Amino acid sequence: MKIDDDNVFIWKVETHNSPSALDPYGGALTGIVGVNRDPMGTGIGGGRCLFNTDVLCFGSPYYKGALLEGQLHPRRIMAGVVKGIEDGGNKSGIPTINGSIVFDDRFRGKPLVYCGTAAVMPMKYKGRPSWEKKIDPEDRIIMAGGRIGKDGIHGATFSSLEIDEHSPRSAVQIGSPITQKNLSDFMQKAAGFGLLKCSTDNGAGGLSSSVGELAEICGGAVVELDKAPLKYPGLQPWEIFISESQERMTFVVEPEKVGELFAMARDFEVEVSDIGYFTDSGYLDIRYKDEPAAYLELDFLHHAVPKKTMSAEWKSPQLKEPQIVDPDFNNILLQLMGHLNICSKENVIRVYDHEVKGKSIIKPLMGSEGQAPQDAAVMRLYHDAYTGVAVSNGIIPRYGDIDPYEMSAGSFDEAVRQIIAVGGTLPDPDNHDGIFWTVNDNFCVPDSLYDPVKNPDGKLKLAKLVRMNEALFDMATFFNIPMTSGKDSMKNDFKIGDIKISVPPTILYSMVAKMNDVRRAVTSDFKKAGDIIYLVGKSYNELGGSEFYALFNVTGANVPRVRKEDAKRIYRKMSEANEHSLLQSAHDISDGGLAVALAESAFGGNTGCSIRIPDSGIGAAAELFSESHSRFIVSIKPESEDKVEKIFGSDCTRLGEVISGDRIRIRVADEELVDMRISILLAAWRDALSL
Amino acid sequence: MKRENMIRSLVVTGFGINCEEEMAAAYRKAGADAVILHLNDLFEERDSIHHYDILNFPGGFSFGDDIGSAKVLANKFKFRKMRSGNCFIDDIKEFLSAGKYIMGVCNGFQALVKMGLLPNIAGNFEQEVTLTHNDSGKFEDRWVRCLITAENPSPFLSDPEIRHIELPVRHGEGKLVIRDKDIERAILDNNLNVMTYADPRNRPASTYPDNPNGSQLNCAGLCDPAGRVFGLMPHPEAYLSLYNHPDWPKKKRELPDISEEGEGLSLFRNIVEKVKAEKK
Repeated sequence: MKIDDDNVFIWKVETHNSPSALDPYGGALTGIVGVNRDPMGTGIGGGRCLFNTDVLCFGSPYYKGALLEGQLHPRRIMAGVVKGIEDGGNKSGIPTINGSIVFDDRFRGKPLVYCGTAAVMPMKYKGRPSWEKKIDPEDRIIMAGGRIGKDGIHGATFSSLEIDEHSPRSAVQIGSPITQKNLSDFMQKAAGFGLLKCSTDNGAGGLSSSVGELAEICGGAVVELDKAPLKYPGLQPWEIFISESQERMTFVVEPEKVGELFAMARDFEVEVSDIGYFTDSGYLDIRYKDEPAAYLELDFLHHAVPKKTMSAEWKSPQLKEPQIVDPDFNNILLQLMGHLNICSKENVIRVYDHEVKGKSIIKPLMGSEGQAPQDAAVMRLYHDAYTGVAVSNGIIPRYGDIDPYEMSAGSFDEAVRQIIAVGGTLPDPDNHDGIFWTVNDNFCVPDSLYDPVKNPDGKLKLAKLVRMNEALFDMATFFNIPMTSGKDSMKNDFKIGDIKISVPPTILYSMVAKMNDVRRAVTSDFKKAGDIIYLVGKSYNELGGSEFYALFNVTGANVPRVRKEDAKRIYRKMSEANEHSLLQSAHDISDGGLAVALAESAFGGNTGCSIRIPDSGIGAAAELFSESHSRFIVSIKPESEDKVEKIFGSDCTRLGEVISGDRIRIRVADEELVDMRISILLAAWRDALSL
Repeated sequence: MKRENMIRSLVVTGFGINCEEEMAAAYRKAGADAVILHLNDLFEERDSIHHYDILNFPGGFSFGDDIGSAKVLANKFKFRKMRSGNCFIDDIKEFLSAGKYIMGVCNGFQALVKMGLLPNIAGNFEQEVTLTHNDSGKFEDRWVRCLITAENPSPFLSDPEIRHIELPVRHGEGKLVIRDKDIERAILDNNLNVMTYADPRNRPASTYPDNPNGSQLNCAGLCDPAGRVFGLMPHPEAYLSLYNHPDWPKKKRELPDISEEGEGLSLFRNIVEKVKAEKK
């Protein structure tokens, strides 16, 4: 994406689920340093990594049931994954600015580990567009970075299978962030000096994939495998070719620049090796000590795989709304605050360096006590300008139990509204304001290939994937947000004998929007007693799949629906209000509904709230805990009341005001349902999750 | 100002150092000319620290900190032969005797301590204290409050207006441990414990999380007796802008005309002004 006339924005989000199930630390570490190399190797290469994001799905760390053979406890997986992300991000000097953790016991077979990295790259290197990949015959193939060992052999193929007790831990690589940091520093300088013609990373499939892909650009390549440096002797040629040993890039270098590149590499203590050259022969020609090792027609390699035909059949589940009689709302709110999907992730957030580079504007936790959770991260791009980006994620797998379409649409809306909450403005194709938006879609689904014995509900699973895609199409085209990248992980099952643990179909939307002036960013926490609190958007009787129902172990039927036209109108009004500096706080309403959002907004320090929700006829539980989309809690200065009501009209409802005491009071119509100390809610929220 | 008349600040990088960009930005905002240089350029003597007025060791994870924070980096400085055959530490000693200044933040501070530059009470460049694992046993990114010690000898902290400062810490090994009582006494007697962790009411803090690592003397930063070398665990270069602070929206609400500069920038302004005054 174009940032301005000087720079482009690059990003990619990947999953590293299977490796993290077997070796949580190594799997997650390699996940994050692996995805770093995607922006590093985009176009010519040399992008400067800007931030990491990590979204994780685990079984409950408090899981007490039996473990299958070869299966690790969810707590052990979580601790290892978090440590891997900590080392991968912190040691690389890349701030981990955004993420979330979703808990569901169906993730205890395979956890989901989504790792994303963004980078900024100059628009041009020595006058050449930086994003282009050009290769001519006789250009040299240069491998740079780590050496090749037996680690990670078959990593890519094993990841595409279900896991069982025989899955090889040796398929997981262990990354070295410092080796890669040197490589990254080197690439920035080499690209700036015009020494790289283009680059790509060695990830899944190693050289076979990186050279195999690049060879298609000019029509052939010769690789001399014996020229590649090894960690230790004894590797077979095929092992050298497909090993996924980490920290390696493949560069395309014009023959006359090889000498200068090698000299610069010595300064950075980066090992580089000339392992072959490109051709236009139409063949991928792999040699080992002058003997042929493989000779494959490129056209066959890239286009000969037969297309798979799969069957899908959608049937709506038969569900109904439960009756929950006379709930104690104080107690429910307290339980929700300590619920794993709602509670503070501080113990994880703080082991990630989220501030290195000194550009963080909205951090995951803010306020005078550093406790108020924020909706999207905001980061400036430069030290001498206020241009920045807002970064969000949307992921709500539990809605898929009712309708995968609404789950996908709702996740998309969640990502959009988080960016709106922090002060982003929707894409406007008619107005060339230079604001870009981008979304990465990452699907993680169970095996969806129908088999009457092994996978009897395969057609239904595939239908869920189809519905998730339909929602993605509808939402992305409606909001004009380009899908710049994405990936799928299709076999998220753990199987032993007749027992199979499959993940619920899950989609993560990772979103970025440019902000022209990060000083206009809005945070979620209330600022001052006396400010007026509004609900923006409308609450519906949509408790289906809610965290409220989860407390009673029921799913319900009324899943939140995205009303796209309403959402767009509301988001434009939010931007208009922020343009006039009217919003003192804005917090998007998601897991746990309105009551949880109100409590979280009061975690900024020394504020509480006194609320009266007008009766809209949907019932007290739905008023408090429905998770209807496209809603915000906002607070404004008392003197802004007229202006705010004029902008929002019937899209806002006055709820009450910020008070100075340690207290949250919520009445629905005239009935007082919640009256609690904020400090008690904060303690329950803060202390629920330890590592 | 013409570039050749500007104060020149050198920021070293390489081998896992990762805060060089914001460190250089800090000096530029403070009115100096900042240059980022890979350490191998210094070791190969393509440039020399003697061309600069201030030498900076930024934060990061040099060599991965795998055998203790900054240990490998400190040894490299002490024992690595440069092209001319001199060790880098000899260059540093010469730099200091020329009356110049050195700053180390986080991993840079750890390196200064482990190569004997801080506190260097005996003046023999032998290690007297160490920085080791936080009492919490983990890396943490959180904002802390620090008190500036009165009458301390560091020109980085000379601004009489600023007696305390909020900054982020981002480390796993920031706990100061002092070798013996004599060294501790000398640190206190000479006001070398220049920055200490404090609670929200600006009282010295020895308990977590106000003191994030369990540091002896609640120490957040040290300087040498001559005031030439300054090191600290918190990151002043991460608070160059008001908008870096975790409570900036409320600060702005309370004081609409508040400066858009972050308090961390004051340290860099202080040293740049000091060097300017000395050059006049």
